[in-house]
Amino acid sequence: MARAVTLNRRLFNTGLAWTLGLLIFFPILWTILTSFKTEAEAIALQPALFDFEWTLANYQEVNSRSNYPRFFMNSVIIALGSTLLGLLIAVPAAWAMAFVPSKRTRGILMWMLSTKMLPPVGVLVPIYLLFRDSGLLDSRIGLVFVLMMVNLPIIVWMLFTYFREIPGEILEAARMDGASMKSEILYVLTPMALPGIASTMLLNVILAWNEAFWTLVLTTTKAAPLTQFIASYSSPEGLFYAKLSAASTMAIAPVLILGWFSQKQLVRGLTFGAVK
Amino acid sequence: MGSITLKKVAKRFGDIEVIPPLDLAINEGEFVVFVGPSGCGKSTLLRLIAGLEDVSGGVIEIDGADATSLPPAKRALAMVFQSYALYPHMSVRKNIAFPLKMAGMDKASIDEKVNKAAETLNLASYIDRRPGQLSGGQRQRVAIGRAIVREPAAFLFDEPLSNLDAALRGNMRIEISELHHKLDTTMIYVTHDQVEAMTMADKIVVLNSGRIEQVGSPMDLYREPANVFVAGFIGSPSMNLITGNAATEEGATTIGVRPEHFHLSMSEGKWQGTVGVSENLGSDTFLRVEVDGIGTLTARADGEFPASLGDTVYLTPDGERMHRFDASGLRMVR
Repeated sequence: MARAVTLNRRLFNTGLAWTLGLLIFFPILWTILTSFKTEAEAIALQPALFDFEWTLANYQEVNSRSNYPRFFMNSVIIALGSTLLGLLIAVPAAWAMAFVPSKRTRGILMWMLSTKMLPPVGVLVPIYLLFRDSGLLDSRIGLVFVLMMVNLPIIVWMLFTYFREIPGEILEAARMDGASMKSEILYVLTPMALPGIASTMLLNVILAWNEAFWTLVLTTTKAAPLTQFIASYSSPEGLFYAKLSAASTMAIAPVLILGWFSQKQLVRGLTFGAVK
Repeated sequence: MGSITLKKVAKRFGDIEVIPPLDLAINEGEFVVFVGPSGCGKSTLLRLIAGLEDVSGGVIEIDGADATSLPPAKRALAMVFQSYALYPHMSVRKNIAFPLKMAGMDKASIDEKVNKAAETLNLASYIDRRPGQLSGGQRQRVAIGRAIVREPAAFLFDEPLSNLDAALRGNMRIEISELHHKLDTTMIYVTHDQVEAMTMADKIVVLNSGRIEQVGSPMDLYREPANVFVAGFIGSPSMNLITGNAATEEGATTIGVRPEHFHLSMSEGKWQGTVGVSENLGSDTFLRVEVDGIGTLTARADGEFPASLGDTVYLTPDGERMHRFDASGLRMVR
């Protein structure tokens, strides 16, 4: 009997997981499908799921009208740049908080996280003015900087939780074994923290890649990443769903592929070190 | 090589004095055990000697030279941690080789020393595995191997056996004692288990609230505990400590009688009592006896002693081996 219950339960769980998974993935699937339709089919009242005339025309049109590689390169530079800069600041910060905590460490961490609860639009005007006056509008450096600031609390938190998993006794053992500060970091700490640093980096590249608010507000042409590329197909000349979908597909494809190949690290990153 | 002297060594964490100033001399080649209840400061004292904590006052001398402000790496001490603290990303071979690599030794000598240590500790069959693939006992051996290749002035052990099961603990206890005889190097061993202290030590240091209660050989502490605390802590099951009239009759505030120092009889004796729970271990039986006006006493009887729950028995303490303590808990001289 017990076995039958377990089987039923497993079927139920599997079914539920698939349903939820499909539900979440459906908008992306729909976008991809729409990108292969004609504009007429894309806005048809009874849209077909697979049964339509597949066409690459949208992609050709998008490619001839916009300079995809330029947007793509901007996205790469902004996502990677902000993540690397963030790590450069967050690694020593998280290090200090994990291994030499003070009475205020917890408070500082909570304060950092609290900045994520502020709606970005709340600081839009001051940041816009700062950017305008310092000539950073529509510059990749400015965007790298602002996205780094936006994601810094998350990077610090993630690294902090990873570093805290490294038992202090192992570092003490290295010290007893005659390791200098440099050797301790090089031979013991870094190899142990590497998986954590890698998944933090991955998650933040994806977050920065998808960030739309600041990238749309602070760029126009020169530094515009793929979010601008999508947006440019939405309003001015009326809605062209098929072309918009093609642009979206092209924008999300790199990060979707990256995410697919790094699922394991990402899941580990998202559980924030809670599961060993 | 390997004498350690503590002079007025103290440790404070903020306003809390964990270890008030204490003096201790550890001779070359001695096996010294720090024993005491949890939170008594024994691990802190070991960490002060290791250099993992800074002293708040006093001087630590290793082989006659002041080592108080030397970093751990420069003290020529090796430590075995409670959690083993092996490097999880390195093979057993690399773990053991690590201190030698840090000392800048050439590869050929490292290999030779690692192989020798692996042989001594029977590690050879899993030398290329990672710590994660080893059992608790095997990990413990690797941690010891990592300590012995350095040929340190002294070994520091911080409750090294507390993560092992009882049977393995017994084996490792013997192995560490054998290692001490083989290497003839000073060893300082921290434990809360007084059985480990009694069986392994040349010298036991009993600690309580950061203070040294008594220093002596295991049998010294067993025969002549300096105070009530040591009397109650050393010996298993622990000594019966009796206050009240029975103690006053002997001219003391507290008297102590070990469970093995009662004469038991079913018919006659000094104190009459009722048997409560009895634990029969085969060779011995430990009886919990309720005595009117005194309280519950533990007495050791022969494995075949016929008493069982509810029976009346008579206990007579062996006057020669009775311990007497004054009002401040100190041992009274006869």
